[in-house]
Amino acid sequence: MADTVIYAMYDDDDVLKEGAKKLVSKGVKVTEVFSPFPIHGIDPIIGIKNTRLGIMAFLYGITGLMLATIGMNFFMIQDWPMNIGGKPSFSYLENFLAFVPITFEFTVLCAAHGMAITYLLRNKTLPGMPAQNPDPRTTDDKFVMELRLSENHNFSAEQLEAMLKETGIVEIDQKEIK
Amino acid sequence: MHKESAIREPLILGHKTYHQITEDVCKPIEDKAPRMWYILFSIAAIIGLYGVGCILYLLGTGIGTWGLNKTVGWAWDITNFVWWVGIGHAGTLISAVLLLFRQKWRMAINRSAEAMTIFAVFMAGLFPLIHMGRIWVAYWVLPLPNQFGSLWVNFNSPLLWDVFAISTYLSVSLVFWYIGLIPDFATIRDRVKKPVPKKMYSMLSFGWSGRAKHWNRFELVSLVLAGVATPLVFSVHSIVSFDFATSVIPGWHTTIFPPYFVAGAVFSGFAMVQTLMLVMRKAMKLEAYIHTKHVEYMNIVIMVTGSIVGTAYITELFISWYSGVEYEAYAFINRATGPYWWAYWAMMTCNVISPQLMWFKKLRRSLLFTFIISIVVNIGMWFERFVIIVTSVHRDYLPSSWSMFYPTHIDIGVFVGTIGLFFVFFLLFARFFPVLALNEVKTILKSSGESFKNDQAHSPAYSLADQHLAFKVTHHDDHSHGETATHVEAEKVDEPKSEAPTENQLDGKIDLLLAAIGKADESSKDDLKLLNGLGPAMETKLNEIGIYTFAQLAKMTKTEYDLLDELIDARGRAEKDDWAGQANDLMNNNEN
Repeated sequence: MADTVIYAMYDDDDVLKEGAKKLVSKGVKVTEVFSPFPIHGIDPIIGIKNTRLGIMAFLYGITGLMLATIGMNFFMIQDWPMNIGGKPSFSYLENFLAFVPITFEFTVLCAAHGMAITYLLRNKTLPGMPAQNPDPRTTDDKFVMELRLSENHNFSAEQLEAMLKETGIVEIDQKEIK
Repeated sequence: MHKESAIREPLILGHKTYHQITEDVCKPIEDKAPRMWYILFSIAAIIGLYGVGCILYLLGTGIGTWGLNKTVGWAWDITNFVWWVGIGHAGTLISAVLLLFRQKWRMAINRSAEAMTIFAVFMAGLFPLIHMGRIWVAYWVLPLPNQFGSLWVNFNSPLLWDVFAISTYLSVSLVFWYIGLIPDFATIRDRVKKPVPKKMYSMLSFGWSGRAKHWNRFELVSLVLAGVATPLVFSVHSIVSFDFATSVIPGWHTTIFPPYFVAGAVFSGFAMVQTLMLVMRKAMKLEAYIHTKHVEYMNIVIMVTGSIVGTAYITELFISWYSGVEYEAYAFINRATGPYWWAYWAMMTCNVISPQLMWFKKLRRSLLFTFIISIVVNIGMWFERFVIIVTSVHRDYLPSSWSMFYPTHIDIGVFVGTIGLFFVFFLLFARFFPVLALNEVKTILKSSGESFKNDQAHSPAYSLADQHLAFKVTHHDDHSHGETATHVEAEKVDEPKSEAPTENQLDGKIDLLLAAIGKADESSKDDLKLLNGLGPAMETKLNEIGIYTFAQLAKMTKTEYDLLDELIDARGRAEKDDWAGQANDLMNNNEN
């Protein structure tokens, strides 16, 4: 998969955003942006869809809620009903108030951890993974835009570079991937 | 971009750039620890070890080593437990609730407040565990299948709710904290040069690269975690209060407990944050990020929650009389006038009166006053729990069994030991972790930075015309990695001719500079890139004017820095990053 990757470096997030807007309006596809902090408003410009992790969190939460309900119904009502001061112990509905705190905690536990694990897996950020930012300065104060030739068939590398140079970059780097 | 009113006080003082923020936060981690750190760490470690010794003795002997008796069955252990859990409320409140309310000032303090939370909850969790006496069967609190005829734990008991609440709170806070830490660990990973720290921080940063999609997910995960952590914070201390409120002991079974405990927890948590932050900002030179305004905001929270706590105390007192229940009334008369009157009035003074002083603007903006009050509040909140627990049970329904509680040296040792352990953890955190949420602070630089607010700095920092570059393309082929790399070095050109110094003037200045710092040639060249804030491009420029060695850089003073700025447009970076000092350090290191 031979490809040419162009990395354009900016030293300001707003300049990069303006640049991306300009490039995209000319029909250039911006593959990726590396930045030291979230650049608000860059996602719709370079065509990144909103994440669906929130939906996942909701599903994990529902799962936790169900597990807690099933569990406590089994432990406290079906398997070993406890006689506490002679209060009715045979119906979940009459007892569920006492189960609310743990049901809530377990829902939160599942939602938070489920989402966190999904987040790490989807990002492929796990212990021991190699860093993929093209320049170490992108975690400090530099912002890098990545263009790929394979995704921009209408342009040559020279044309892309010429367009990038008009957007206020501070450095540019080109790489062949074989 | 987030817009902020011009009259609102800036959150970041002075002229900072993104790079400067990284420098300010990472420098204390990368430099050698100051002597004070070792001294404090040793003291904390000795106290902590003594506490561990006491705990081990207790586990070996039994909880009879505490001063409990048949009337006072709960005393310092639960007091300390509730005290630590309470302190552990500020962190998540700051990072979660204030995130939902979009309070930008949280960004400077949330990382360390959350660290404090996690360590405080560690300490809190210790007490129920050691109170079990037989800690090796601690897993019995979990609903595990067992050989006792499928006997489950009692899900009706607030003590079991506590198990779930505290463990959920601890693990969710930990995850929330760590997800925020990952990008900042990546920043340190990309800066450190020594191999062992580099390896450590690359493990810790999970290979974070700062892709746009990842940031998109990051922001949503932070928001949703804040959303679920907010009710969690409130639920945890409500459940802790249920330990008392669902009992039938006069002085305990009051419906006011959950909100009153939560307010008290926030109150004491913020006090502990103040205590730590006021020292940390000084010790780590973070005064530009955590300044008087932050302290004032936190003092306002202390004032509000302190007022809620005060109202709750008085309501409790009133209701005990108004209810007409004589046992209830006696419990409160006994608190205020009985043998533990001093604890009650210490609690009243520390928690009700002292936060009211924060109404005065002068006082709540005074750092010394805040520090004193924060300690006073911490002491007062410990007494609150002591009063609630011990004075409610020491005189029960049967006067023949009335007694007092006297702590043994194990009681004291375990409590003081947890304070030591807490500081051991916090000092390690301050030494090795980014104590400021770098990626968050950078997002508010342009909207809340002082120099941006008063128009000294511009966004973007240089106009597009200034940035317009010409390129000198240099090709080098690097086939060893199966890649062909083409590096293009950017250079600034097109300075307006009228202002540009002529060739002769420049040469003169180079001579002047080299006369001051000494000449060197390429053969004795040092790797100048080892200096912080000095990249490959700058190295080339320095080499071009004849600066090759650390020795030359080390001789630079203000005059030479100015010359350098004129010659190669270093934008004052040389002076700001103290190249001379850095070069000196590097030379000394090389000799060793």
